[in-house]
Amino acid sequence: MAEHKKFEAKNGTVLGWFDRRYPLVSTWNEHVGEYYAPKNFNFWYFFGSLALLVLVNQFVTGIWLTMSYKPSAAEAFNSVEYIMRDVEWGWLIRYMHSTGASAFFIVIYLHMMRGLMYGSYKEPRELVWIIGMLLFLVLMAEAFMGYLLPWGQMSYWGAQVIISLFGAIPLVGPDLALWVRGDYIISDATLNRFFALHVIALPLVLLILVFMHIVALHKVGSNNPDGIEIKKVKNNQGLPKDGIPFHPYYSVKDSMGAVFFAIPFALIVFYWPEGGGFFIEPPNFEPANPLKTPEHIAPVWYFTPFYAILRAVPDKFLGVVAMGAAIMFLFAMPWLDRCKVRSIRYRGLSFKLLLAMFVISFIILGYLGTQPATATLTLLAQIFTATYFLFFLILPYTSAREKTKPVPERVR
Amino acid sequence: MSIEENKNSSVDLKRRRILTGATGVVGAAGATFLAVPFVSSWQPSEKAKAAGAPVNADISKLQPGQMLTVEWRGKPVWIVRRTPEMLAALPKLDEELRDPASSESDQPQYCQNATRAVKEEYLVVVGVCTHLGCAPLYRPAIGSPDVGEDWQGGFFCPCHGSRFDLAGRVFKAVPAPTNLEIPPYHFVTDSIVRIGEGPAQGGVA
Repeated sequence: MAEHKKFEAKNGTVLGWFDRRYPLVSTWNEHVGEYYAPKNFNFWYFFGSLALLVLVNQFVTGIWLTMSYKPSAAEAFNSVEYIMRDVEWGWLIRYMHSTGASAFFIVIYLHMMRGLMYGSYKEPRELVWIIGMLLFLVLMAEAFMGYLLPWGQMSYWGAQVIISLFGAIPLVGPDLALWVRGDYIISDATLNRFFALHVIALPLVLLILVFMHIVALHKVGSNNPDGIEIKKVKNNQGLPKDGIPFHPYYSVKDSMGAVFFAIPFALIVFYWPEGGGFFIEPPNFEPANPLKTPEHIAPVWYFTPFYAILRAVPDKFLGVVAMGAAIMFLFAMPWLDRCKVRSIRYRGLSFKLLLAMFVISFIILGYLGTQPATATLTLLAQIFTATYFLFFLILPYTSAREKTKPVPERVR
Repeated sequence: MSIEENKNSSVDLKRRRILTGATGVVGAAGATFLAVPFVSSWQPSEKAKAAGAPVNADISKLQPGQMLTVEWRGKPVWIVRRTPEMLAALPKLDEELRDPASSESDQPQYCQNATRAVKEEYLVVVGVCTHLGCAPLYRPAIGSPDVGEDWQGGFFCPCHGSRFDLAGRVFKAVPAPTNLEIPPYHFVTDSIVRIGEGPAQGGVA
């Protein structure tokens, strides 16, 4: 490997002037220029930087949308139509935002899948994982509130279903639901506060959590497909032998990933923005009507696995508990998985089978959540809810006595 | 005191602790008071409360078996004029219901009876499924094709398949946990129902 030239600010230069007043060079070096990442990152490592890219897309398009959107029950639906028809390029900006929401979840689910496969949640990266899970939770809230804003039928009734979940909590439930809505029904008051939360409060929280996620990651260093700690083997300069500086190696790789991502993203935005009714649901082209329920209410695709779990449980409150637990168990992954070996490459058969069962359950639940609840489908949802949870319940036992393969000293 | 002098004198840790503690306690109390307006501002506004005022419904033209929908607090309230046959069929369903006596369900005291009504001929019920807030469909006919052959008439929720009888009572083995909610109401005259307000104290409905 060519010798890395240290990036410094010289006195008498403009950069030098700034660097004496602001930690420009040291911050750059710590997080980019001299952040050593394992040299064996593969395809799965694109999704972190892609999530950042989609976040930027959502911020920029979102800011532009607020310039023409009216957050009131009387005007919201029409203002979205106005954006789509009358505002110059409004249709593109809105489709970039709505497609971006779905892209965000695709990227995040793959990013989480990477973490599960290579054990990126394990010691010492527990906090990276937990901050990431918090990001996932806030992102779900952000997406849910954003979906109310177009004030279409599915916006309205989807919100109705989700807010009534609060009502299932014993004792305080109904009052809590009333407090969240600010009215006896989902109304102008609800729309207005969701707008405030969607465009100000939650993006701010997201941004802070992203910052913390990266700070935590750079403290402990990136994991890799082999699950090896590269800091263990260092050269005479104290740099990890299997590490390469993030810039230019991964800045180039990630830029290429961004372009590869942008191509299908643009194709969807231009030719398939409704995503076959999964990205924008057909009933949402009809204005919200509190007195008429759509025949079949389904949340947007990224919520359907959890929605299927909610419906699978016959008791309303326990359904809400199960749905919450489906996410909470993920938070506990660093402690549920007791195997010392990180990467799936060197782990035993039991983990591979369990993870496969988990992923299949998640995908099938996602499908079932989009379908009307017939007796057969409900039974299927119950089976796959069981296998979803079995993953978390069996894992602590099997992972503690897993027959693993020897982990190499250096990355392949 | 200059920094030089401060170095030599010992730091009064006790004093610092008291100050920190006192500031913390007073600050926490202040923060609690400060939270009140922010939390309370999410409650329904006076305007929303006013919009939740009672409404009158004219039922003089309602034929037996027919249903009328009126809007109260933005929710559909159904008024069904039940036929004698419908009323006679109600007690036979008790076995199949989750809460036949309405002991777990929402209704005013004066409607917690066999027909869940002030006058048994008229069912007044909030048309919102107790599962997740969808609007069930009125399916009064026996054996309605979309519900099933053994259907005795009632309400069917298309979202998640909950079923209710013609007193808004929920069947067993469906997702809805309780019977449909009965709003407070009373009869102003024989043909006017006032929804959102119970019978006056001591008065007969």
